Amino acid sequence: MAQETLSGWVRKLQAREISSRELTQLYLDRIERLDPQLNSFITVTADQALAQADAADARLAKGEESPLLGVPVAQKDIFCTEGVRTSCGSRMLDPFVSPYSATVVERMNAAGAVMLGKTNMDEFAMGSSNETSFYGPVRNPWDTERVPGGSSGGSAAAVGARLVPGATGTDTGGSIRQPAAFCGITGLKPTYGRVSRYGMIAFASSLDQGGPMAATAEDCGRMLNAMAGFDERDSTSVERPAEDFTAALDQDLKGLRIGLPTEFFGEAGLDERVRGVIDAAIEVLKGRGAEVREVGLPNSHLSVPAYYVVAPAECSSNLARFDGVRYGYRCENPEDLMDLYTRSRGEGFGDEVKRRIMVGTYVLSAGYYDAYYLKAQKVRRIIADDFRRAFEDVDVLLAPTTPELPFALGAKADPVSMYLSDIYTIAANLAGLPAMSLPAGEIDGLPVGLQLIGNYFDEARLLGVAHQYQQETDWHARVPAAFA
Amino acid sequence: MSVDTSEVRRIAHLSRLAMNDDQARDFAGGLSDIFAFVEQLDGAAIEGVEPMAHPLDAEQRLRPDAVTEPDRRETYQAIAPAVEGGLYLVPRVIE
Repeated sequence: MAQETLSGWVRKLQAREISSRELTQLYLDRIERLDPQLNSFITVTADQALAQADAADARLAKGEESPLLGVPVAQKDIFCTEGVRTSCGSRMLDPFVSPYSATVVERMNAAGAVMLGKTNMDEFAMGSSNETSFYGPVRNPWDTERVPGGSSGGSAAAVGARLVPGATGTDTGGSIRQPAAFCGITGLKPTYGRVSRYGMIAFASSLDQGGPMAATAEDCGRMLNAMAGFDERDSTSVERPAEDFTAALDQDLKGLRIGLPTEFFGEAGLDERVRGVIDAAIEVLKGRGAEVREVGLPNSHLSVPAYYVVAPAECSSNLARFDGVRYGYRCENPEDLMDLYTRSRGEGFGDEVKRRIMVGTYVLSAGYYDAYYLKAQKVRRIIADDFRRAFEDVDVLLAPTTPELPFALGAKADPVSMYLSDIYTIAANLAGLPAMSLPAGEIDGLPVGLQLIGNYFDEARLLGVAHQYQQETDWHARVPAAFA
Repeated sequence: MSVDTSEVRRIAHLSRLAMNDDQARDFAGGLSDIFAFVEQLDGAAIEGVEPMAHPLDAEQRLRPDAVTEPDRRETYQAIAPAVEGGLYLVPRVIE
């Protein structure tokens, strides 16, 4: 059963070969048996899941069709879920039972999805290894001494180990794509504004974007169909008509122009073995008719520094709301109001979150705004302009997702070296472009991710290219031996 | 740029984060590294470039000035650390 995909289960449910209750119970049993090795879930909602499954079975019995009807999914614990703890991986929100649901959750529920629980994550989505979670690190199913990536590491590990067929993630600087690469699954960060941010706990509002994580591109397209769409409750939601993200899956690759950004291949930090995997993937796509050429993104080396001004600045502003007054953690016996604020925050937040709040507070403080934030916003535009020029000549860009293989727990102790693990993913966030990672090979039993970056609103094409690649290869179908 | 312990404590205060000297010392190294790292932006060719606030350069959408949200005060206050008589409780601020 571990081999079946989300789309495969939807078809079996529609054909009444299995009931949603049976399927839900199968996955709940897998979580109970196997998740102690991974710590990928913060909360498992078994009773609610079985109730949702029964409701889905009733809809299926009436012959209803819906993109996710009866299929189990997991929500990253950054999405608010009414009546269920929504911790964001933080002590600050450990006591927080959300009084409302995120738009993404509402939409997936309406599409018939069955939520098995909430997945572990780096605290407030700040991290690239899942080691900053208040609930302890998540382990990589391919090697439990290694990290699953982050911040959506719980979702990636759970899908990689087939504890759930699909899960949501969020991507501010690579938090869907990097863990997808590390855990051998497919994950898509849509164009900024595609997926509503309402009820998705904010980290850096001009960069945050929710998206699907699953075994295949087809699964991701199916999930995105349920997740995406205009939402008047999110002021940055884009007003565009509904689209079928699975529409281009069967389109062949003849004449597709693929650009290879030279800067993403020449960096000194790129593991030669990862490069070898990417080169082999390029040959597969060429074999299916794609044309490949080099392109330049000359300012991409400024992406990580620009990000570590913009993201902390927005984080310091967004996280100002956690003050120990209205919800969440409150310190014991505050002496006065200032003590209540500073100790609730000092005790409620972990070190990486504090570090980013302080960086953000500093770069926004009087006298420094122009030197840091304004400059970073200008750099952001020249990075986006590089992409605009590249897309005049090519249809999609192709690069490694990460410069290296999944690293060992505790291996990256200093912040800047951790930040550099997102060196190939951050530029797409700064520009707001859709981008995805898909499994493209294995080195020493560890998966390697291939990244595709598309032009604005070109998710269907990205998923189509990935699907065509997955017709020719079976990396996406591999499951770690301990979880097969 | 390098920050020392007293500068870290100043930033922590602005950030409303309780922090003792030992903790501030622990943060000083990492913060100095980050500020040094972002100095790479100084070399960027950004003469005359407009800052980019939104990836699609979208403008704030407006809606009619009408009440759209129901009153859910009791639900929201049910998850507060301390409330009384419909009010959020904090330590006394006026003597």
